[in-house]
Parts: sequence; C-alpha cells; structure tokens
Amino acid sequence: MTKTYEEINEKIRRGQAVVVTAEEMIEIVRKKGVSRAAKEIDVVTTGTFGPMCSSGAYLNIGHTRPRIKLGGGKVYLNDIPVCTGLAAVDLYIGCTALPDDDPRNKVYPGEFRYGGGHLIQDLVAGKDIKLVATAYGTDCYPRKKLETWINIRDVNEAVLFNPRNAYQNYNVAINLSDRIIYTYMGVLKPDRGDATYCSAGQLSPLLNDPYYRTIGIGTRIFLGGGVGYVVWNGTQHNPSVSRRENGVPCAPAGTIAVIGDLKQMKPEWLVGTSYVGYGATLTVGIGIPIPILDEEMARFTAVSDEEIWTQIVDYSEAYPQGISKSLGEVSYAQLKSGKIVVQDKEVPTVPLSSYPKAQEIALILKQWIQKGEFLLGEPVQTLPGPEVGITFKFLSEKSLNR
Amino acid sequence: MITKRVVLRFPQRLVEQPIVYRLVKEYDLSFNILKAYVTPREEGLLVLELSGDNGKFEQAMQYLARVGVIVQPLSQDIKRNDARCTHCGACIAVCPTGALQLDQQTRRVNFYDYKCIACELCIRACPPRAMEVYF
Repeated sequence: MTKTYEEINEKIRRGQAVVVTAEEMIEIVRKKGVSRAAKEIDVVTTGTFGPMCSSGAYLNIGHTRPRIKLGGGKVYLNDIPVCTGLAAVDLYIGCTALPDDDPRNKVYPGEFRYGGGHLIQDLVAGKDIKLVATAYGTDCYPRKKLETWINIRDVNEAVLFNPRNAYQNYNVAINLSDRIIYTYMGVLKPDRGDATYCSAGQLSPLLNDPYYRTIGIGTRIFLGGGVGYVVWNGTQHNPSVSRRENGVPCAPAGTIAVIGDLKQMKPEWLVGTSYVGYGATLTVGIGIPIPILDEEMARFTAVSDEEIWTQIVDYSEAYPQGISKSLGEVSYAQLKSGKIVVQDKEVPTVPLSSYPKAQEIALILKQWIQKGEFLLGEPVQTLPGPEVGITFKFLSEKSLNR
Repeated sequence: MITKRVVLRFPQRLVEQPIVYRLVKEYDLSFNILKAYVTPREEGLLVLELSGDNGKFEQAMQYLARVGVIVQPLSQDIKRNDARCTHCGACIAVCPTGALQLDQQTRRVNFYDYKCIACELCIRACPPRAMEVYF
C-alpha cells in the first residue's frame, strides 16, 4: 500500500485528508500497528521552535530619488549593521548582528539586548525601522547619504532566508569546569550543575524523516507563522553521523535551508532572543508536513522520545577546543524526565527549545491542511543522505606567508 | 503563625535607623534578609521574609507604615510578561528557589511568584527577556 503526493493532495483539496501531529502518530501506531496507520493516515505534522542563529532576511527597500548605491556602502537599521554586499538597494539582515556600540562581552557576561533577530521581529511586527546609510556615490547613483524610516509594508520585498535551520538532533550541554559559563546552550552551572538540550525530539521535523525521504528541495512548510519552502540542505548538513537501527541519528546531523515571504509571517513565531554572554539570535518557528507514502514513513513518524538518543558534550573544554568527545548518551525521554546522570552525578535538565510552541505549530499546520489551504510540495530533489558520504570538516588553517 | 515576603522601602531619613531590630525586639518577628541595598538617592530597599504571630505581624506592619516605610508584597516586583514568554525553559536552570518550574505534563514553564526571592538571575537568563523587575 503506497500513496503518491498527488493522491494525498487531492484528498487535501477535497477536505478528506487524515492529518495528525507527530505526537498523535506515536499513539496511533502503538494501537493500530504500522500497516493500518499507513493506510489510514495521510499526513503527519511536525514542529519546532528554537534559537536558530543561521537565520536572516533580505529586503529591497526601493530606489531613492536621486538614486543611491548602498552596495559597498554602510547601512544601519535600528543601529544594527546590515550586509550591503549586494545590488543598490538590496540588504541582508543577519540575526546575530549587533550595534557597533554594543559592549558585547567587554562587560562580562554581555546582555545582547538588541540584535538582528530583534530587528527582524520588529520588522515583521510592522514597526517603523530607522535606516541610516552612507554610500560612495557614482555617476549613475550620485547620492551619498540616506536617513529615513522604513516599514515592511512599503519595501518591495522582504524575504526570510535562513541558511541553516531545524537541526536534526542536537547535543546536550554540560559544564565540567569549576566556574559558571555562558554559552549558546544557555547558562551552565559549574561541575555539572545543569544540562541543557535543544530539540523538539519526537515532534522535530527531521527526526520524523531521518533519511530525508520527503523533506527536500521544494517541500512546503510552516515558517515563522506563514508559508515557506525548503530550498537546499542547510549548512553543516551532516547525514553521515552514526544512527540507531530506527535510522535516527545520535548526534547533530541533517539541516535545512528555508525561505519564505516575511510579509506574511508573524512576530510571535520569529522572536528576537538574547543569550547572556553569548549573543543575540532569532528563535524560529518551523513546521513540516510529512506525507505517509508507505509503511516506512508511518514507522519513521511514530518515533518517540524513548527512541531518540543524543550525546552529552562538555561546553567548558571539549566543545570550545573542537574536541569530539561524548560524556555519554541519553534519550529525550530521559532528558524530559527532568534529570539525567552524568559521571555518577544526578544533573537537572533544562530545555532551550519550546515544546509547547512546537506542539502549537504542529497543530496549526494540521489545521491548515485539514482546511484544504495548504498542499504538500513534492521535493524536486532530495537532500543528500548518508549514502553520499559527506564529511564534516573543520577549517584547515594555512600560513599566509608562502 | 504567618510568613510573608515583603519589600520595604526606606526614605532617606530612615536609612540609619534600626527598623528591623524593632521588628524583632518589639514584635517578636523572625526575619531572613533576601536582598538589601541603598540606592544613589540614599533610599533603602530591603527584601525580607518575615515570620511571626498573626496579631504581632499586623501590628508590626502598622508600625512600619507609621514611621514611613513603604511595604509591598514581594510577588508584585518580579513579573513575567506572558506575551514574550515562549515557555522554552531556559530560566529554570538559574532559578534557585523553584519559583520557575517546568510542568512535566504540559511542558510549560510555571512561575510561582510566592516562591520568588527576587534574586533577578532569571532576568538575563531568559532568552526572549520575558521576566521583568519592578523595584
């Protein structure tokens, strides 16, 4: 018994598709078995809502009269420097960018109250954004200065384009040192004082399609409260990590690059966030529908927290020094119980990715599909899987003197 | 017996007076200092957990009001902005009293303001900056 994308989309159009969330699918497969579940269920929706630093947005703000060439010049939006290495009035906002006068970690640990992620949230919320720019002037673009307010309503395009999102699994962070450390995995107390983790586990998109059979280039998704697409594998996509028998990777593995019209997104699903001592970023809401094409997809989407394992990594020494060393393996069920054991010590666990928001996203996406408003996008090309043999590279530094 | 966490604000003229001593000596209250500082304008701020006999506690509060100390329950001073909270859970790592706790069933973060001692550790540890101080 197999189904095609077209058959499932036809059911969605007729309002007859059977859609459940990845949480609901666990119970359904337990009760009915894989074979019946594969027949009865058409789509499983997933969700995740976590900090994703490789995120940003590009804008075309419209030409000025007389014209200005911001490319090669300097542009600040709400004092945040944005990338101008593009054409005359195209800009890219990186979500970790900080104002030039932010003290960063000079006053340790830095607060990073307002960065690119906050700017993107303000933009999506429809707030006016202060633009201050300087340019060098050319014969065809004579103007050298521009100061104005811009608003997402008025710009030609505003597009969220994130080069790496929705990590398939992630490390558990712990601190083996004797001092408190401030990391992108949150505040880590000394001597295994806490352990932080950052994945929606059984609800997480790529953990429900471990070999990227259905999530590929062209997959239509929930992105930031609107509709978006998977456009490529994400940077650092690493399908080659070790996997369990169920196919689920036991360490950070696949990633996706995503895109979508920022104008139809919502500020509650793109939240500017600050990690004390680390920096500013954007917390992104992503939901991906997974078509139940056959029994294998039913089995994949029934994966539960007990069956998803990940590595405990020391963020005081091993991670910063780039030493690959695991202090042990734990399941998401153990992590969600509130405590794990690390080197004979019981350690409280702390999530960084919001599970209630991931549930909400999976539910919203389910409703969109049930109403017939959201059709599945069949990938025009799949993402590289383990068979491709990608190796994750560290930078090999070379002396400039040659 | 009654136990309450209160914020006391001392105007400049009271900063050098042994107010807490009187609470112990005359009203038989026991106290635990959670926080104390004097601001640049020389106003004093003291966060106390006070315990004692109900009647005496009431009299002590009247005494404080009479001498000009402004008394406020602690729970009004640290608030969660529910519009910004994403229920990620990052704050529970730093909260020393369990005022911020993850509900195992709903996976949402609960804020029990009566357990809060206003240490303010959650303020910066909260990624969306949903915890707010109103001292």
